[in-house]
Formats: sequence, C-alpha cells, structure tokens
Amino acid sequence: MRIYNEDTIAAIASGVTNSGISVIRVSGPDAISIVSRIFKGRIPLTEAESHTIHYGFICDGEKTIDEVLVLVMRAPKTYTREDVVEIDCHGGVLITRKVLETVLGAGARHAEPGEFTKRAFLNGRIDLSQAEAVMDIIGSTGNAALKQSVKQLRGSIKTEIERLRGIILDDVAYIEAALDDPEHISVDEYRETLEQHINSVTDDVSGLISSFDSGRIIKEGIDTVILGRPNVGKSTLLNNFAGEERAIVTDIAGTTRDLLEIPVSFGGIVLNITDTAGLRETDDPVEKIGVERARKKSENADLILYLIDGTGELSGQEIESVRSYVDKNLIVLINKNDVEGSISAADFARETGIDAIEISAKNKTGMNMLCERIKEMFFKGNILENEPVFVTNERHKNLLCESLESLKAAKNSLDSGMSEDFITIDLNAAYDTLGLIIGETPDEDLVNRIFEKFCMGK
Amino acid sequence: MAFFYESYDAAVIGAGHAGCEAALALARLGMKTIVFTVAMDSIAMMPCNPNIGGTSKGHLVRELDALGGEMGRNIDKTFIQSRMLNESKGPAVHSLRAQADKREYSQAMRKVLENTDNLTLKQAEITEIITNKSYDPKEWEGTEVNAAGEEHVIGVKTLSGGIYPCRCAVLCTGVYLKSRCIYGETEQFTGPNGLPSANHLTESLIKLGIEIFRFKTGTPARVDKRTIDFSKMEEQPGDAKIVPFSFENDPEKLQKDQVSCWLTYTNEETHRIIRENIDRSPLFNKSIKGTGPRYCPSIEDKVIRFADKERHQIFIEPEGNYTNEMYLSGMSSSMPEDVQIRMYRTLPGLEHAHIVRNAYAIEYDCINPMQLKASLEFKRIGGFFSAGQANGSSGYEEAAVQGIIAGINAAMKLKSKEPLVLKRSDAYIGVLIDDLVTKETNEPYRMMTSRAEYRLLLRQDNADLRLSKYGHDVGLLSDERYEKVVRKQEMIRQETERLASIHVGASKRINDFLTAHNSTPLNSGISLADLLRRSELKYSDIHEIDPDNIDIPYDVSEQVEINLKYEGYIKRQNAQVEQFKKLESKRIPDDIDYSDISSLRLEATQKLSKIRPESVGQAARISGVSPADISVLLVYLEQKKNADRTHN
Repeated sequence: MRIYNEDTIAAIASGVTNSGISVIRVSGPDAISIVSRIFKGRIPLTEAESHTIHYGFICDGEKTIDEVLVLVMRAPKTYTREDVVEIDCHGGVLITRKVLETVLGAGARHAEPGEFTKRAFLNGRIDLSQAEAVMDIIGSTGNAALKQSVKQLRGSIKTEIERLRGIILDDVAYIEAALDDPEHISVDEYRETLEQHINSVTDDVSGLISSFDSGRIIKEGIDTVILGRPNVGKSTLLNNFAGEERAIVTDIAGTTRDLLEIPVSFGGIVLNITDTAGLRETDDPVEKIGVERARKKSENADLILYLIDGTGELSGQEIESVRSYVDKNLIVLINKNDVEGSISAADFARETGIDAIEISAKNKTGMNMLCERIKEMFFKGNILENEPVFVTNERHKNLLCESLESLKAAKNSLDSGMSEDFITIDLNAAYDTLGLIIGETPDEDLVNRIFEKFCMGK
Repeated sequence: MAFFYESYDAAVIGAGHAGCEAALALARLGMKTIVFTVAMDSIAMMPCNPNIGGTSKGHLVRELDALGGEMGRNIDKTFIQSRMLNESKGPAVHSLRAQADKREYSQAMRKVLENTDNLTLKQAEITEIITNKSYDPKEWEGTEVNAAGEEHVIGVKTLSGGIYPCRCAVLCTGVYLKSRCIYGETEQFTGPNGLPSANHLTESLIKLGIEIFRFKTGTPARVDKRTIDFSKMEEQPGDAKIVPFSFENDPEKLQKDQVSCWLTYTNEETHRIIRENIDRSPLFNKSIKGTGPRYCPSIEDKVIRFADKERHQIFIEPEGNYTNEMYLSGMSSSMPEDVQIRMYRTLPGLEHAHIVRNAYAIEYDCINPMQLKASLEFKRIGGFFSAGQANGSSGYEEAAVQGIIAGINAAMKLKSKEPLVLKRSDAYIGVLIDDLVTKETNEPYRMMTSRAEYRLLLRQDNADLRLSKYGHDVGLLSDERYEKVVRKQEMIRQETERLASIHVGASKRINDFLTAHNSTPLNSGISLADLLRRSELKYSDIHEIDPDNIDIPYDVSEQVEINLKYEGYIKRQNAQVEQFKKLESKRIPDDIDYSDISSLRLEATQKLSKIRPESVGQAARISGVSPADISVLLVYLEQKKNADRTHN
C-alpha cells in the first residue's frame, strides 16, 4: 500500500515568468509513458535509460507545441523517489502553459502546491525540516526569503541543531558514565565545564529564537506604512517600489482614500507596503475613514515611512505628527529634493533632532540610501552579507523556546547545587525537544502535522 | 533408549540466578515444575564477582523483591558487607550493593528451592527441546500429539534419553552452552570453575530455527588472603547503617559485623608487562571469537584501549567467610598463567600474592533475544521462554529479573492469562527486557542507570510502591506484604497533607532553628512542607519544630521528603512519561505486512519484519529504523485506520 494516492502529477516547476526556459515536472508511476505519448524524438522515452537527456518536440496530436529537452529519471534516485520526467521548454507564459496542458491532457493530474515535496517526504527522500523549508520556498516572496529557505533546505538549521545536540549529548554521556561507575569516574570537577557548555548552548538557542523575528520578516516581509500629508508624493513613492502604476496618482489632494497593500521586492527584502490616505483633517466621510485606517495601520506596522514635501513649509503640526512616531521604526523621507531650495535632511535634523533621507520620488533618487537604512534597521546590516541561520518557521521557534526552558531549568539545578543526575533530566529534555525540530526525535504529533500541512487526502 | 518420565507443567533448564527465580515463580504460582541442572552443587552459584547489587543492579534486585522474587531475601540472609553507592548524588542513583558469602548464598537458595512445593530438582543435561513439529513419532507412539497449528513445546529430553513431557520450558542455560574456558594457550571445554558444560542443546535450538550468538566474558584471579599485605591498600568498610534489599526485612534486625574490601591500583609496571605480552592474550591473537562486554573489559583491554591512563583501580573483595580466597575486582584477564602471576604481583600489597585460581575468559552460546516477545516467550514457539545470560545479558541481577518474568509469564501462559509486561516507565526490569528484545545486542548486555530514561521515578527506594501491585496481581506477592504497601502509601499521603497543613510563624525559635541549619530565616509564616522543600533541611530536622511530634516510620518519611523536595523534577519526568506513552500506546496490528509499505527504506522493512514490534514506540527504538521511517509508519497506520473505518 502506498501511503498516498499513487497517480502521476505534473506542474510548472520554474515559476511562471517570462524567463528564457521553463521547466515542467512530471512525477509518478506513469510519468515516463505519459510524456512519451506526446514526445517526438529519436527514441521513445519509455526505452530511455535513467538520468538521460533527450532532444525533441512536444506535440498535441499532429500539432507541434514546442521544441524541448526532456530529462528522464527513473525511481528511486529522483526528487520524489518516483519516476520523474522534466521538460525544458521555451520560456514564456503561453507556451509553458500550453505544454503543461498537453501533459495533463495525456493523463497526468495537476499537482497541488507542495505535492512533489509531500511525495519526497513520504518516500523518505527528505526529512521534515527540509520539507518545511520547501513549503516555505513555495510560500515566500522575496529573494532573501528564498535564500533563507534554500539554505534551510540544504540543512543549515539542521547542522546548527545537530551541533547543539552534540554538545548536550557529550555532557550527558560523561555524567551518566560517572553515575554508573562512581568508584572509577568522578563528576565533581566537571561542574565548571558543564556550566560553560550549558551557558553556550543557552546563548545559541536564544540567538536562534531571536532570529525568528528577522526570519519572519525575511519570509513574510516587512509590514510598511507610508504616511504623510496629502499630496506629498506617497503614491508616487509606492509606484517606485512596485515598478508600475498601482496607486492612482493625481494632483488632487486626497486621491488615495483606502488602504492599498502591495508586497514589493526592494533590494532583496520584501516590503508589504500600505499606501495611506493623506493625514489631514477632512470632512469627507469616506476620506475620514481612510485617514482613521491609516493611523490604525501604522500602530501595528514594522516600519513607517513618513514622507514630507521638501518644497513646502515645515509646520509645527507636521513636526508634532512626525514626533508621535519616533518610538517606532521610523524613517523620515524628504521628497522632491530635485526642486531647487527644498528642505535638506540637515535642515530637518537641526530643526527636529530626527534623521531624515532626501529623495525624489519622481526621479527615483535616494532609494539606495533608503534600502541601506532599512537593512540596517532590521538586520543590523549583516543579513545578506553574512547569512547567519535564521529561524523562519513558527514550529521551530516554539520548540526552541521549549528547549530554552529546559536549559534554564538545568542551569537552575546547577546553580542551586543539585547533583548531576537532576541536571541530566532537563538536559535530556532539551536534547529531545531540539530533536523534534529536525525530526530526530520520534513524535506522534508529527503525523497530525503532516496531515495538516500536506492536506493528505485519500 | 528413550524413556518417559511423568509430565510437568513446566521444565526450567538451568538452576543459576535466572533458573532459580523462574522455577520459584512457577512453583509458587501452583505449576508443577522441574528444574534441571548439570551439577546440583552449582545452584545459585556466583562464579564471578562476590556481590549482589551495585549501580542500577541494586534497583533490579529491589524490583524483583517487590514482585515476590527471592534474590533480595537471599542476599539479606547471606551478606557480609553492605554499602549504598552514590549517596552524595540524588536519590534516583543511590544503589545498594552487598558482598555475599558465596557458599552461603548458594546453599541458602538451594534450601529455598528444595523446600518449595511443586518444585522438583534433577541433575541432568537437557539435550533437546521437543515441540509438536519436531518430535520423533516413534518415541511418542501412544501419546497424542497435535502437530497442527502453532509450534509449541511438548517436552524436553535429557542426555540419557529421559523424556519429560511438559507444556512450558524456560531456557536458563547461562554460560554453559558449549562453553570454553581460556587463559593464554590453555583451553578447557568446561563451564565456570571446571563444572561440566552443556554441549548438545545448541544443536536442538538451531534445528528449531533459533539464531545463536557466541559471547564471551571473563573473571579475574582469586588470591590467598594470607599472602596479601593489606597495609599497602585502602580499606573500604561497609556502611554503618545497613539497608536491606528485601522490603520485608526490618533494617534493625539485619545489622551485623561486616568484613572490609580493599583498594589498590595498577601501575606502569603492570601495564608494561601486559603490553609486552599482549600477543599471548587469546583476546588479541584472535583465538577467542566471542564478543565481550565493553563496559566490563579485561585488564589487557583497559590497558590497550585507555593507553594514557596511568593506573586503574582494583578492589580486593572476600569471597566469603568460609574461605581465604579474595577476588581481584577490575582485573579480569585471559593472559597465560606466567604473565598473570607477574602482572598481579606488581600491585601494591600483592607482591607475594599466591594465586589460588587463575583468571580466565569464557566463551559460550546464547540466543539472539530479538526472537523473543516482551514476555520472554519465543515469538515462533509457544510455551518456550528464555531468560538470563542465555539471552545475551550479563550479571546475576539481570539474569534473576528475567528469570522471574519468564517464570511468571510461563505460569500466565499455562493459566491462559495475559503476560506481565513492564514498561520502560514502570521499572528497570521493563527497560532491560525492552532493550534486549528490541535493540540489537552486539555484546553481553549490562544494566546501567543511564539506560533508564525516567530514573527519577524508578528509584530503588520506591520499587515496592511501583511494583507490588503487579506482584500481588499475578499471585506471587502475599496479601500480607501487599497490604503493608497499601498502608504505606496511605501514610505517605496523610503525612504529606499534614506537613502542608501545619504552618510555623517567623518566631525567634523557628528562625534560630533555621539559622542553625544554614537556612534563610523567615519573614512570614510557612508550611512545614515548604520548609522541607529547602535542600538544606531534612525531614529529621523538621521534626524538631513539628508541633505534632508524631513518630513516622523512616520508609514513609523518606518518600514524603523525596516527593516534596524534588516535586518539580518529578513533575517534569511525569510529563516526559506521558509523552513516551503516546507512541507506546499506538499498537501495531499483529498482521501488519511491512513489505506492503513501499515508502519504508529497505533496512527498516527488514528490521521491522524481523522484530515485529508491538507498538510504534518500540519500533522507534529499533536500531536501523530512522525517525523518517517512523513517520512513514505513523502515516500508514493512520491511513489504514481511515480506510478500515470507511470499509466498515
């Protein structure tokens, strides 16, 4: 009995963009015969040896769809441990879709999101943390998120957790040996070393936990709100980020009445930007709601970009408004520095004591500086360069918190002079909990999680 | 010529520590039992170390006693020194160890066996286990044998052709199967101490399809006490306060004069002699094929493997009051006699030692215990049980606890009742048997506290509270003893409640008391229970300020104190046990076909098919079965459950 429905699935594996080449992956017992049916090449694919590449054409009946390279990989040395065929076709949304449709027409079923991974996991090809990382890749939006997920897929979390577990295991082993053979081995001189080890593992686990916020931001993006008085160029700025006309830009103050949330990729990180209605007193009931929503949204935002028109006068009211956000992650942007005589960042800082960045939303200048500032603010500048291990998965974070509790309990026992056999109780608990993250500790809840995550059907 | 004896319910093969407990359990549970031994003088013999207990082994003996076994009572009758090990550590690792008078120990046990109803002793070598599939129809002519159905035991046969029909057989052959003793170039095909080995049974077992291992162990030399200079050694006296092994013995009545053990060390010269002669050691020149235990290495093993260690501890222990022989603990060897004499004589105090018996290694046949269920019955042969060193374990205590479990379960089988299976969270016995039947044994298995995951709950001091119910339920522990445990439990509960209900204020008297005990004085009132939670205060201290001033037996106050003091840890261990039980309670159906689960890795399929674990928890402990395989198994079981539900 297979533990999932044993049919053949297909999907576009390369993402639908206008790139040079697209890849369609087919996996399942009939993968080779299905593609063979629609492939015209030198030999039938059913006779192809494993891990070979074949040049030919994908045809729908008499009609040729595309000129392709086909990779035939027979089970079990494949991503899913099933027979897998990959079709490299010409990029372009239309052609790619057409090739996929032909494959589906020949008998494959369109794969659910993550279904290849599900099969890889269920067939023992990858472990749970790797499967989770793949799911994260599927769900992630920005470059950094992708890098982080790919890193996790290669096992950086796993390596780090294994290292920490190794330290704990060595300590426990030493203590156990002494307890089993008290006449030959003494642990009395070991407490200092033990303390050092517990402290260092505790620090590393804490570090991983605090990386979760950065990790979450990498994966889910920075919730960003653009604030400012009406018509200072907020929507133009948003369009700069988004790269196309999304918000309606007019010269009439109060054009943007509702909240518009757009995920954009900015220097490799994702900003979930909400453009807001301009902050001003208004009698228009609809606009009023917009202004109210903008204030609310800014309360929960990770980042506030406060835009000021550099050509206007700095009113006391506006300065006060900016000041009300200094407790948050605030970046003040002075727009329209392309206009002669506009306020400089230095002027603004002298006046208010708050740093600002000069930009021109219209000419798209100052954006690099903004990008650097954001990275500095959220990743202390080191994320993309050093790429430390970030925890991006909520389950991992919860388990790390749980093991941190055990480590603290172990430290407590040590400090209060308890004998080593008590300390190992909590060290063993920490060891097991860390093992749950990388699937090294068997766990009944795991099966439930699999069912949740992969929507396992009949 | 084959001839028939009268029939028995059960035959126990071997009268060592496993055989004695198995036979006593069976007979006491009303089963007509016969015990075979190759030598009547070797009943409950201690061929190696002269002590019972030690780290984790002490736990086993107390657990055995709580179930109604004999070893605890027997060592209490015959000990000559008693110590509680690891006393500076937590209560979970306190371990009782007693030096035995070897001859008295053996004779006292023999007396118990000889005076137990339903129990017959017979000196004979068993050569064959007869089943309904393997019997010789000519021999059994006139007897009705049902050859159909599951294979099961119908009798055993002796070397002289005597056939004893029986429904159960318990294999307790220790180190006697095809045993060979070796030191240097000298080899003798005997059991320990020159006793006869059992050379025929292995063949019968192989014919029954049983997989056989060849293991090895060893023992050090014995020296004449009169030739030892004890002034060069450290004396190791017994404890002033003796704790009995058996819960039924009153400590007061057990106090007696004790003998001492002695400590000396090896040195560079010892190691040099060993290194220079290593090629003459049968362990190193490969004339010994059996696998020896890593944790109980011979001295040549220690010197080679831990080359940077300058010296090794050697304990000199008396073999009993009846003899001048002294046991050299920590220095087992299979070196040639001349090397032995030279190396032993390098130890301070042994310069003129006369060796009475040479050290030797012994090789023997045992079975692969993965062929057994947790009840210790062979999976494939009904009514055939196996216990002790025959299962690849080592140690008297490990043997004894397997003996009692095999004996109980043979009796349960005969009575058509459920077997007694202790979980890892119930007892060290549970850990030991689960390890044996689940994990690949590559060397003789020794119990260790580190093997028990929940040892704070499995203390030697609470074995009676944990296990008496099981002993009583199967019918081995008397009503009287069980009621005593129930009363004790109730007293623990009441005393804990009482301490929680009594509050003392921040008076001068109380604070003076606390200061005197290096404990922080009070600012406000506190319960006696909370005071007892402080690590620096003992129950006996609290007694001074207890207004009730009642007299509580020590075994009760000990439990109250441990429960309060380590409450947080105990709670956390209990939570771990709950987690453990989740996977343990996931039963795997008997008829599961692992080859049907195509997602399992090949190695996992093979291991699971061979061992056929009873629960997912057990499956997870099999080496070669990865966590990924377990998730696949869990998913499979879940899907199958769903499928079955849809079908019904």
